[in-house]
Amino acid sequence: MSAVPARARTGAVALSLRPATHLFHRNWLVYKRIWYRSLFFGFLQPFMFLAAMGLGVGALLARSNPTAFGPVGYIGFLGPGLLGATVMQTASFESTYPIMNKIMWGRNYEAILSSPLSTRNIVLGELGWIAFRIASIATIFLTVLVIFGIARSPLAVLAIPVAGLTGLGFASWLIAFASTQLNDIGFSWVYRFVINPLFLFSGTFFPLTQMPQAVQVFAWLTPLFHGVELLRGLILGSLDLGTAPWHLAYLLAFFGIGLLLADRSLARRLAS
Amino acid sequence: MASPVAVATQGGLGRAWDVVWRARRLVERNVLVYRHQWIVILSGVAEPIFYLIGIGMGLGGLVRTVGLPDGRSISYTAYVAPALLATAAMNGAVFETIFNVFFKLNFRKTYDGILATPMGISEIAIGEMLWALMRASLYAVSMLVLMTALGLILSPWALLTLPVTLFVAATFSATGLAGTAFLRTVQDFDIPMGLIVMPMFLFSGTFFPISAYPIPIQVFMQATPLFHSISLIRGLTTGLMGLEQVWDFAYLVGFFSLAMVIAMRRMERKLIK
Amino acid sequence: MSGAPGDALVRARKLTKRFGSFTAVDGIDFDVRPAEAFGFLGPNGAGKTSTMRMIACASPVTDGDLAVIGMNPASQAREIKARLGVVPQVDNLDTELTVRENLEMYARYFDIPGSVARSRADELLEFVQLAERAKDQVEPLSGGMKRRLTIARALINEPQLVILDEPTTGLDPQARHLLWDRLYRLKQRGATLIITTHYMDEAEQLCDRLVVMDKARIVAEGSPLELIERYATREVLELRFGDVKRASLDGQLQGLAERVEELPDRTLVYTDDGEAALDEVHRRNIPVQSALVRRASLEDVFLSLTGRSLVE
Ligand SMILES: Nc1ncnc2c1ncn2[C@@H]1O[C@H](COP(=O)(O)OP(=O)(O)OP(=O)(O)O)[C@@H](O)[C@H]1O
Ligand SMILES: [Mg+2]
Repeated sequence: MSAVPARARTGAVALSLRPATHLFHRNWLVYKRIWYRSLFFGFLQPFMFLAAMGLGVGALLARSNPTAFGPVGYIGFLGPGLLGATVMQTASFESTYPIMNKIMWGRNYEAILSSPLSTRNIVLGELGWIAFRIASIATIFLTVLVIFGIARSPLAVLAIPVAGLTGLGFASWLIAFASTQLNDIGFSWVYRFVINPLFLFSGTFFPLTQMPQAVQVFAWLTPLFHGVELLRGLILGSLDLGTAPWHLAYLLAFFGIGLLLADRSLARRLAS
Repeated sequence: MASPVAVATQGGLGRAWDVVWRARRLVERNVLVYRHQWIVILSGVAEPIFYLIGIGMGLGGLVRTVGLPDGRSISYTAYVAPALLATAAMNGAVFETIFNVFFKLNFRKTYDGILATPMGISEIAIGEMLWALMRASLYAVSMLVLMTALGLILSPWALLTLPVTLFVAATFSATGLAGTAFLRTVQDFDIPMGLIVMPMFLFSGTFFPISAYPIPIQVFMQATPLFHSISLIRGLTTGLMGLEQVWDFAYLVGFFSLAMVIAMRRMERKLIK
Repeated sequence: MSGAPGDALVRARKLTKRFGSFTAVDGIDFDVRPAEAFGFLGPNGAGKTSTMRMIACASPVTDGDLAVIGMNPASQAREIKARLGVVPQVDNLDTELTVRENLEMYARYFDIPGSVARSRADELLEFVQLAERAKDQVEPLSGGMKRRLTIARALINEPQLVILDEPTTGLDPQARHLLWDRLYRLKQRGATLIITTHYMDEAEQLCDRLVVMDKARIVAEGSPLELIERYATREVLELRFGDVKRASLDGQLQGLAERVEELPDRTLVYTDDGEAALDEVHRRNIPVQSALVRRASLEDVFLSLTGRSLVE
């Protein structure tokens, strides 16, 4: 790969973007039958979570520990964290079972590859699709946060691309993983031992300072933590300009590596 | 094989037992399928434990205590743990009866083959429920062990927790089975999960007393089986037993029976053409 | 219908199956006698599978009477199913189990003891030539292998009555002949077979008696030979005309034979003397591309009973 001259490579990328839109289009054809439902649940879930955990647990906290979360209260802490967690879950789902289905069960990629499309087109098309899904979910989520009075800063709009980047990181790594799997058992492991623990222990539901040092260090290494930190800063208007570039750099690197892995892994799988 | 005369003279109970006895074959089948993947099932034990540690340590350290109606204050972890136990029983049962049964019913066509044998619809439905129950009880037992180790069991009533949790799991297996036959496509999972399981999980007094909400919403929350399961199990582990818990139990018995009837009917509709 | 009502292993009177307002099986009568091979022939959608599924207690009877092994499918399904072997039209193997597990687990549904189940599984795997694949998952098997496994599975309980819905569809010729042989031996041992098929040679080989169904009704019944005698002539002349417009031949074949049948690709001339008819074709200077004289078969019966475009 590295031997390819730079110009040829940008050419290759440009080439693989246009055909990738076909894949996006295909997913859209399937999705458009259920988009309203998907948007409805995209709205309902954060709404319920914030109403339950934010208000309910928030009420308990207000009594026992009124200062723990400053002026935004627990619901203000929870909202952005939940956005990050939701983005991770959506991206993970979209890049595991549906991808495996298209590789193995439905053999859609086999059919697509007998057209002029390449595996790279497929990877980019799928990621583009997942980015679109995450952006739409993040937009709805943000609306809910506005309804609850949590999103205060105009910078909150930037939460949408950050959410997209966080989600793409997970999606790219998981597409790479899904391409190596022969059945869906591996996914159970990923959900159980990666996604769900991250959901709980990445500073989404409670500040990491509540955890032992070891857990904190571990959480710092995870992409969800960095995504949530950025989202929280943007949405609450408390962005720390000293640390924000680092979070962003981490997310970019995570996605970049994932993209390379996904490209390779899917190409290897579909070539066999 | 029972002779027709024997079947005719046996009472309803005897016949019901026959069905349960034959249903064990389906459990055997599932054991065979998971024989090489038992670790998938076993690892599910981790889930409620993660929740207990995460919520207990993370939020517990901030919330500290919750007041009970009898005036006592207990740690937040002790408050949440029985609710997570009930939720674990629900999730174990619902996951098995909604997701797995849906795929067997609609994609794998597993039951079509089985129905050509002396096994009938009742055997299949009961067999799947028994299996879901076994799976849920694994999670319940491991949670109970952890709760005991962490000192979250506050009353001798807790001895009843295991059978009650199993009954809760049975109720949710029947409910899941009743629901799964209504689903047509994979996208339909959103409906039971997003509209029923998730709201129940959040609004059944799991993480905070429902008294935090206005009365009309409370009434609504009290209609769910998970609310009563949590109320009953929390009563047992914290020693908060009263008339309310008797009502919880009665409610669950009623709900279980109704779910069983619907489950049998729907499975029949779905499988017999 | 022949035979006293008592001897039939399967007995149907005015048997009807409706799906909503659509009638798939319309009041048919038939008797399957013990130890015979009974066939159902008919075009797609005739109602064969619907009938088979009622016999197999997989689908409730809408109307009429059905007795299977002297029992009522509505109330004694379990007792009946214990003595049946079923090969459905579409394989429904347990895709979460291995090849061998499929057989052994199926045996357990019949309460067959483990040791017996194992030895039968061995024997059946050998028979359907899947012994080397015993430990494999079902999913990656080829279509014909899955079919063979389904057939083996249907025999695990040594059934008294075996119901086979297009058993050999997708099988290679060798596997077909093996299955025919096996079914023949099964019948020798006293088992009764009910078979549907689209292969006329298979029906001729296997079936002692058969019925032809069309549009939900039975249109003919008898042994293969009887049917050929009744619905076809001794010989058939097959003519191909290539590109010549057949409409232009209208009338030219008149009087050539008792019956002429137009198929999309060829024309069949039913006659007792094929050679004579061919001579007549040549004498009339009809531009034939190729011609063939052969003995009439069940296929001709099938075509004449269910074919659409009858001339004369
Ligand atoms: N479950 C069902 N619901 C509605 N209609 C059905 C159902 N099953 C079968 N039918 C209809 O009943 C008719 C007979 O179907 P059946 O499967 O019995 O035909 P068949 O003779 O077996 O045809 P083939 O040779 O194609 O297998 C068809 O028109 C079919 O569409
Ligand atoms: Mg058919």
